[in-house]
Amino acid sequence: MGRYILYRLLSAVPVVLGITVIVFFIMSLIPGDPATAILGAYASPENVARLNADLGLDKPMVQRYFIWLGNMLTGDFGRSFSLNRPVLDEILERFSATLILAGVSLLICAVLGIVAGVVSAARQYGLADKAITLAVLVGISIPSFFLGMLLILIFAVQLRWLPVSGMYEVYGGRTLVDLLRHIILPATALAAVATGVVARLSRGAMLEVLRQDYIRTARAKGVSETGVIWRHALRAAMVSIIPVLGIQAGFVLSGAVYIEVVFQWPGVGRMLVDAILKRDLLLVQGGVTFVAACYVLFNIIVDVAQSLIDPRIKA
Amino acid sequence: MRLFLTLLFRNRLAALGAVLLLALVLLCLVVPLLPLADPNVTDTPNKFLRPFSEGHLLGTDHLGRDLLSRLLWGTRLSLAVGVAAAAAAAFFGTLIGICAGYFGGWIDNGLMRLIDMIMAFPYILLALAIVAALGPGMLNALIAVAAVNVPFFARNIRGISVGLTAREFIDAARLSGQGHARIIVTELLPNVLPVIIVAISTTIGWMVLETAGLSFLGLGSQPPQADLGSMLGEARAALIAAPHTLIVPGAMIFVIVMSINLLGDGLRDALDPRLRSGALARPSPVTRIARPAPPPAETPARGVLDLDGLTTRFEVGAQVYKAVSDVSLTLGKGECLGLIGESGSGKSVTALSVTGLVASPPGVIAGGAARLDGVDLLSLPYRDLRGLRGRRIAYIFQDPLSTLHPLYRIGDQMVEAIRVHRKMPLAEARARCLDLLRTVQIPNAESRLSAYPHELSGGMRQRVGIAMALVNDPEVIIADEPTTALDVTVQAQVLALLDRLRRERGLSILFITHDFGVVGQLCDRVAVMYAGQIVEEGPTASILAAPAHPYTRRLIACVPELGGGRRQLAAIPGLPPAVNRLPAGCAFAPRCDRARPDCQRDPIALRVSGPRAARCLYPEEALS
Repeated sequence: MGRYILYRLLSAVPVVLGITVIVFFIMSLIPGDPATAILGAYASPENVARLNADLGLDKPMVQRYFIWLGNMLTGDFGRSFSLNRPVLDEILERFSATLILAGVSLLICAVLGIVAGVVSAARQYGLADKAITLAVLVGISIPSFFLGMLLILIFAVQLRWLPVSGMYEVYGGRTLVDLLRHIILPATALAAVATGVVARLSRGAMLEVLRQDYIRTARAKGVSETGVIWRHALRAAMVSIIPVLGIQAGFVLSGAVYIEVVFQWPGVGRMLVDAILKRDLLLVQGGVTFVAACYVLFNIIVDVAQSLIDPRIKA
Repeated sequence: MRLFLTLLFRNRLAALGAVLLLALVLLCLVVPLLPLADPNVTDTPNKFLRPFSEGHLLGTDHLGRDLLSRLLWGTRLSLAVGVAAAAAAAFFGTLIGICAGYFGGWIDNGLMRLIDMIMAFPYILLALAIVAALGPGMLNALIAVAAVNVPFFARNIRGISVGLTAREFIDAARLSGQGHARIIVTELLPNVLPVIIVAISTTIGWMVLETAGLSFLGLGSQPPQADLGSMLGEARAALIAAPHTLIVPGAMIFVIVMSINLLGDGLRDALDPRLRSGALARPSPVTRIARPAPPPAETPARGVLDLDGLTTRFEVGAQVYKAVSDVSLTLGKGECLGLIGESGSGKSVTALSVTGLVASPPGVIAGGAARLDGVDLLSLPYRDLRGLRGRRIAYIFQDPLSTLHPLYRIGDQMVEAIRVHRKMPLAEARARCLDLLRTVQIPNAESRLSAYPHELSGGMRQRVGIAMALVNDPEVIIADEPTTALDVTVQAQVLALLDRLRRERGLSILFITHDFGVVGQLCDRVAVMYAGQIVEEGPTASILAAPAHPYTRRLIACVPELGGGRRQLAAIPGLPPAVNRLPAGCAFAPRCDRARPDCQRDPIALRVSGPRAARCLYPEEALS
C-alpha cells in the first residue's frame, strides 16, 4: 500500500507540471501587453514599464515560466496588486473556506445520494423509487445558483430561519454553531446536482449487483433482506460508487464558484471571480494552479480509498 | 431507427422532454417576429413591476425593462451560445480524437497526454482561467466553455477511431493509395458521426448551463445584452425587492435543462438493450409464487424433501418459458439423489425453486409444492422461509468465484452464515468455521479464514462453499453442479469429500449435474430431466445398466470410460427444444431415433414400475 501511494504521488508530478504549463500558456494568451491590460489603456508609459519589470514580463516567456515555477516551489506565488498581500496567503485563507463548504456538500451528497439510491433500488418501481426518481430529476435540472437564491428567498428572507449570506456573523465569535447555521443553505444548494447524480448511479449500481450470484448465495444462507441490501449489495456497489463520488467532488469544487458568489462565501471561487473582474492575473494564475494541484491530490486519495475497499485491486 | 423512435416515445417522459424542447427552440426562432417590447429599453419609473401588470406580462426588471421580452431574447441567446459552444467543442474534439486515433503512435500519445492534463483541472477552473486571459464577454465565455468540453469529445472519438482504423476498409483505402486527409474525411468521419451527434445531445444542456453560469458571474454577456445567466445575476441584487425577476429566468433554465435531461435519459434507455429485456429488474427476496390452487400446507412426509408437481416458469414480456413442468421427486433421509440433464433442462431452476431462490422477475412458481418434512416451504411466510434457508436446507453452488462475495473474507462470510440464524460469540463461530475448513481438508485453514475468495484456487473455493453449507448442520444439501468448474483430480477429491460427509453426518443430498460419471460415483438414485420434465427415475445402478428412456441411454453414452476400449462417444444430435415452444408430446422426439408419429401427439405420462419410472411410449427396456 505504501508503495502504491508513493507511486501515485510520483506519477502526479508530471500532471501538476503540465497544469502549470497550461495555466501559464493560457495567461500568456492575453491580447496585447499584460501590463497595459492590468493598468488600463490610459496608463502612463513609465507605470507600464515599471509593472512589466515588477511582474518580470520583460523577460522571454520560457524564462518567465521557470522563474514563476521556481518561485512557487519556494512558496512565493507573487503579490496580488488588488489586495496588496501575498497571493499564497490569500489563497490559503480562501481555500480553507472553500474546502469547508465543498466538504460539507460532498458529505451531504454522499450520504443522501447513496441512501436515496439504495432505497430506490430496494423498492424498485415502488412509491419510494418513483418519488426519489422525480426528486433526482428536479435536483439535477436546477442550476445551483438559481437553487441557492431560491433557498435564500425561502429560508432566509421569508422564514428567517437561517442567515442570508456569509460564513460567520460580522459581530460575533467564530463559533461552530454560527458556521453551521451559515453553511446549511450554501452546502445544500451546492450538493443538489451531485446528490442527484450519485443517487441515480447508486440505484443503477445496486440493481446491477443485486442480480449477482453472490447475492443469491447470501439469500441462500438465510441473510435478511436488510443484510442483503446494506451489507452484501451496498458493499459491492460501493466499488462503482466511489469513483463517481470522486468525479462529483470535482463538480462540487467547480460549482462552489457560483455558490460562493451567491452566498458571499469567502472562498477561493469568489476570490477568482473578483480577481478576474479586477484583472489581478497573478492571483488568478496562482489560485487556479493551487486548486488544480489540490484536485490532483484529491483524486489520488479517491484511488487509494478505492483500492482499500476492493481487495481485488492489487495495491 | 423506427424501432428506436418507437422506444423513445414509449417512454412518455422522454417524449415530454422532446416536445418541450422542440417548442422552446421554435419559440426562440420566431422571437424576432413577435410583437415584443425592445428588451434593452429602460423605463426606470416602472421598475420592478409585478407579473401580469399592464403591458408587461411578466413584469419589469430593475431598470423597468420588459421581462417577457428579455426572457425570450435571453433564452434565444443562451440556447444559441450553448449550441455554438457544443458545435465548436465537437469540431475540435473530433479533430483531435480522429487524428489521435487514426495516426496513433506519438501523435496519439502526445495529444492524449495533453487531454489528460486538461481533464486534471476541476471543470470550471479552466474556463475561468480562459475568461481571465481573454477578458469577460459572451464570445470569450463561449470559447472558454467550448475549450473545457473539447477533451470529452476528443476521448470518445479517439476510442471509436482507434477501433475503426484497425478495420479492413481503412486498410483497403490506404492500399489504394488514398491520402490521409481523404481517408479521414471519406471513410472515418461518416462512421464516427453518429457518436458525435449523441455526444453533442448529451452535453448541450451542460453548455447552456455553463455559459449561463459564466454570465451569472458577470463574465459572459455584458449589459445591456440579456441572456438567462445575466438576468439571474441582475436579479440577485434585487432578490428581496423583486423575487419574480429571479424566478422568471430561473424557471426557464430549469425547464430547458430538465427537458434536455428527460430526452437524454430516454435516449440512453432506448439504446440500452438490458432495459428492454428487463434484465435490470431487481430480484425479490423470494420467487413470486402464483399457484392457481395452493396445495395443502402440510401432508405426511414421504422423504425429508418432497417435490410435488413443482412448476416454475419465466415470464419475459408475453413469452412464457416453462423451465420446470410438474416435477415430483422424493429425497429420502441420508440419501443422495442425482438430478441430471443438459444445460437448460431445468435442473438448476428446480433446485432453486425449493427455497424460492429463482430470480424473480422473471421467475414465477406456478404450481406444486416443495415439502421439508411434510411442510410446504412455498406456503411459508418469508420470515420462516428465510429462517430455514442455510439452516435446514443449504446450497452448494457452482463456480464459487461468482457465488462467494468478492469483497468479504472467507471467515467473515462463514461466520455470517451461522450468526444470521443464532446468537453465537464471534470467537466460537470462528472456531467452528476453522474446524469445518479442516473437515473439508483445506490446508492452512487458519490463514484461509482471512483470505478473500479471489486469493484461493478453484478447488479450494469449492471446498469453502461446501464448508459454508455445513456450518449449521443442515438436514438437506442441494448441490448445484459443485464440481463442474473443477479439473478431474480435484473433482474426484470433492466428490469423495461429499460422499464421506454424507455418510458421517447422515446428510440428504440433492446432487445436480450433467455428468453421468459423477452420478455413478455418488448417487443412490438418479432422476433424468429433459426440457423441464423428469423423463426417467430409478436406482443409479439399475439405470446405468439398463436405461429405459432413449435420452438416458444417449446421456450415458456421452461418458467416456477409461480402458473402455474404442467405444464410440456419441454426442446427441440436435439441441434441446426452446422451453417457450414445447411440443405437445415427447420433447425429445425430434432428436430420438426411436420416435414414432404418436410420440408427439399427446402428453406422455411417467410410467412407474417398482423403483423405476420412465416417460416414454417405446422405451429401450420394457420396465416390468
